[in-house]
Amino acid sequence: MSQKLESSLKNMVIVLFVITFVAGISLALVQQITLDPINAAHQQKQIDAISIVVPEFDNNPLDCCSKVAVDGDSVSIYKATKNNEPVGYAILSSTNSGFGGFVQVMVGLQPDGTIYNTSVVSHQETPGLGDRMTTDKFRNQFQGFDCEKQKAIVKKDGGDVDALTAATISSRAFCSTIRKAYNAYLALNNQSTCTDGQSGATKHE
Amino acid sequence: MADIKNLTRGIIKENPIFSLLLGMCPTLGVTTSGTNGMCMGLATMFVLIMSNMVISIIKNVIPNKVRIPAFIVIIATFVTIIQLLMEAYVPALFEQLGLYIPLIVVNCIILGRAESFASKNGVIDSILDGIGMGLGFTLALTLLGLVREMLGAGTIFGWNFLGMEDPKTMLVFILPPGAFLVLAYLIAIIKKNN
Repeated sequence: MSQKLESSLKNMVIVLFVITFVAGISLALVQQITLDPINAAHQQKQIDAISIVVPEFDNNPLDCCSKVAVDGDSVSIYKATKNNEPVGYAILSSTNSGFGGFVQVMVGLQPDGTIYNTSVVSHQETPGLGDRMTTDKFRNQFQGFDCEKQKAIVKKDGGDVDALTAATISSRAFCSTIRKAYNAYLALNNQSTCTDGQSGATKHE
Repeated sequence: MADIKNLTRGIIKENPIFSLLLGMCPTLGVTTSGTNGMCMGLATMFVLIMSNMVISIIKNVIPNKVRIPAFIVIIATFVTIIQLLMEAYVPALFEQLGLYIPLIVVNCIILGRAESFASKNGVIDSILDGIGMGLGFTLALTLLGLVREMLGAGTIFGWNFLGMEDPKTMLVFILPPGAFLVLAYLIAIIKKNN
């Protein structure tokens, strides 16, 4: 076995430099290779969520995105069309008031404003309790939900939503994403029908 | 030269979880299901084998006083590589394991094996050691995840073996306290049988 390199300043600087240099180059390479698949995976995830929450469409909703400022936050609305007729709006709504913090829900509204379906995009709720908000059993009660006539608030607080057993905070968070999505939908309708992919909120006086 | 003992040692006798009690953070954090535990174990095993290999190759050109920073840079590089690869090709899994993937960098099993084994032994032995320790870690995490999943969710690798619609399971085993309970019982059983 050969002798170890002596710990002189020059040796240490050179060795650490070479190691970090090689590490940096290899990371840059891997990052280059994985950049496209990562972006594609993110887009695919959005498309998957959108196709759950709105009826069948034939455009690419990601190209038809408007940003709406609502409740001090910017909400993305994806318009789904079939044969150039709008079939629904997928609204990516979120809240920080979940039990584990951030909850992101894709809410699909039909053109008449009733909910078609919902899909939880990301959450950190407790396994077995709050994370049951991803189940059909909980989400199905929102199908056909009309925020105009019904209150998207849990029954405990005087609304029309059956909360998850032992997970009221998660249920409240889910409801608040629904309300936010509906507010975004109202804001979008008020400001015009502009959905050219640009920020519609700032274009109109 | 190469000794098969280096491979088998890590699996049972010096199992990183059950005997050395190293790397408890991912052990307790991600093992909410068998699949999660296994994937975390495999990701760690990849990093362990690669870092052991590289460190044993260049061990003689690393001056003694800067060996820890050198090891950490090498380990962090492999962790970032596996993180990017997982995000690109298995995004669903990446989301499940989330924060625990970058935390592999500070998993003391990896730095521990680099310091106590790879920096003193040859390449083949170090790779074998990495495979053995990685397998031991993967086995332990899979076992822990499986037990917690069975008791807490009533499934095995996502398969509902009870066949019931809404089984009344012991949720506590999915939650953090369950991780400690199951780990304690598994260690007790293994210690008794040795």
